[in-house]
Amino acid sequence: MATTEKGSASSGFAAGEELPRAQSPVKQFIKKFLRRKTAVAGFIFIVFILILAVIGPNITPYDPNAYDYNAILAAPNAAHIWGTDEFGRDVFSRIIAGTQLSLGTALTASILGTAGGVVLGLIAGFFGGLIDSFIMRVCDVMFAFPSILLAIAIVAIIGPGITNIMIGLAVFTVPSFARIIRGAVLEVRGELYVEVAKSIGCSPARIMFVHIFPGTLQALIVNFTMNVGGAILSASSLSFLGFGASVTQAEWGAILSQGRNYLAIAPHLVLFPGLVIFLTVLAFNLFGDGLRDTLDPKLN
Amino acid sequence: MGDSSTAPLLSVRNLSKRFPVGKSFFGKPKKWVHAVNNVSFDIMPGETFALVGESGCGKSTTSRLINRLITPDEGEIIFDGRDIARISEKEMRPLRAEMQMVFQDPYGSLSPRMRVQDIIGEPLLVHTNMSAGERLKRVHELLEVVGLSAAHGERYPHEFSGGQRQRIGIARALSVNPKLIMADEPVSALDVSIQAQVLNLLRDVQEEYNLTYLFISHDLAVVEMISDRIAVMYLGSIMEVAPNEELYGNPQHPYTQALLSAVPVPDPEVEKKHVLIEGDLPSPTNIPSGCPFHTRCPLATERCSREVPQPKEVAPGHFVSCHFPGKDI
Repeated sequence: MATTEKGSASSGFAAGEELPRAQSPVKQFIKKFLRRKTAVAGFIFIVFILILAVIGPNITPYDPNAYDYNAILAAPNAAHIWGTDEFGRDVFSRIIAGTQLSLGTALTASILGTAGGVVLGLIAGFFGGLIDSFIMRVCDVMFAFPSILLAIAIVAIIGPGITNIMIGLAVFTVPSFARIIRGAVLEVRGELYVEVAKSIGCSPARIMFVHIFPGTLQALIVNFTMNVGGAILSASSLSFLGFGASVTQAEWGAILSQGRNYLAIAPHLVLFPGLVIFLTVLAFNLFGDGLRDTLDPKLN
Repeated sequence: MGDSSTAPLLSVRNLSKRFPVGKSFFGKPKKWVHAVNNVSFDIMPGETFALVGESGCGKSTTSRLINRLITPDEGEIIFDGRDIARISEKEMRPLRAEMQMVFQDPYGSLSPRMRVQDIIGEPLLVHTNMSAGERLKRVHELLEVVGLSAAHGERYPHEFSGGQRQRIGIARALSVNPKLIMADEPVSALDVSIQAQVLNLLRDVQEEYNLTYLFISHDLAVVEMISDRIAVMYLGSIMEVAPNEELYGNPQHPYTQALLSAVPVPDPEVEKKHVLIEGDLPSPTNIPSGCPFHTRCPLATERCSREVPQPKEVAPGHFVSCHFPGKDI
């Protein structure tokens, strides 16, 4: 930094004098991120899955819900590359079509839960004191439940169905985000520029949203990415347990759940949806890991 | 300066602040750090008033108390005729347009995620109804005033050096035409060559905008260059207040004399008497009785440990809080 100080003994800089322009943070970030091969692979897979979720139902080789009684429980072959289920529906088509529902459920639940967690975390971290203690103790209570059990309890109370799964997953996402954001807020709140903002005369709301919140974005993005992976798994688990998608709906967990009845005679019914869930969750986790490592200044 | 016929812009009366340290099991503080004790001074419009003292003597706390970043325990802060020591945060906020601060750390005091023009324009956004275009125009003017160019407004703080960042900080403080600027060690984080530039800039804008400064520093050479009147602080109390030449030419308090004797003179021919103060700075959790300096003062008597010395006027505008002012040590 010191080398950029060009002023002579007199004060002032020539108008328009060029400072060495530092590389833009975004470019630096992309460069660093591209060095992490596994994270890039995860990112590409996520983009692929997202595209599938959008256009999936239009490109399936078969109608995912069409029965074909001539090909019941067929093993993978040239016509049905991932085989067929007990009604002769094409597993490959069902998995492609199910991307929308599975990913949509996980993303919606994560976004809802994150939003709730961010609001609570900001309030707790910013105001501190009794409000902070109250919010954090409630979160501690929620942490005491195994998360999937909590989701099951919620779904058991409000009834099964995709919407209720989303609510259940969102509820157990809230406390972890509240805690993460609160921590980030406490860190940023101690920065001098936040005190400066107060000395300028900024209102508490402005300090919170303009000065503190952007400082928590890194933690937010990284944990959101990781959370989506977990949510896909949880949503599938709930569907597998019979709390989520109905058996007629194409959803990864539901496909897996139905397939388990035929595990001995048609293992492909479990293998392929399981594999897709595994790869998707892995991709989100790798991407999240890469993001965290790239954004963490201490690791660079 | 020092003209008794005009009213002071800022008048601090018996200001005190203590901070709790270490809590017992039931949440009661075990000890208190007495950061500022019974501090009083006046700042006249248009003058530069300096607070000097070693680290931890309460200079920065004083400025933060005046700006109400922290709330004082006791005392009055009369700013522009109004006591602001007890008013609510909401009432205080508009007043902050009148008293802006420049901070010591040019790296930490600028938000790393905002462009320079947004940083400088922020007080305008908060305190005025100017449109975005008017604000930008004003920001460009300010950038020129502090010796940067309008094009620099698009950049982010990490692209600037320490001295340039401090200029940005000064431009931000100037944006809303404040009456008082509190500069808390504005140059101590900078290289010596850059310090002079920033001090000159501060002096130039003072003339141009008719500003009043509360200038906080531990560096006596810097203070001599910029201030009209100087207050010397020790352990949260003011020891001596005097106009610039008077303080440097005729220091009355033993602590001031010791401080001045420690300033290096860039002339090997000059014979200097070095006064060494013995002992360590007492902990501010446990301030000595009587005169806070008596534990280290070579002239201390039994009276000093018993009685808190009150400020005495030894020359016009020259106040000393010592039982034996003017005695050479």
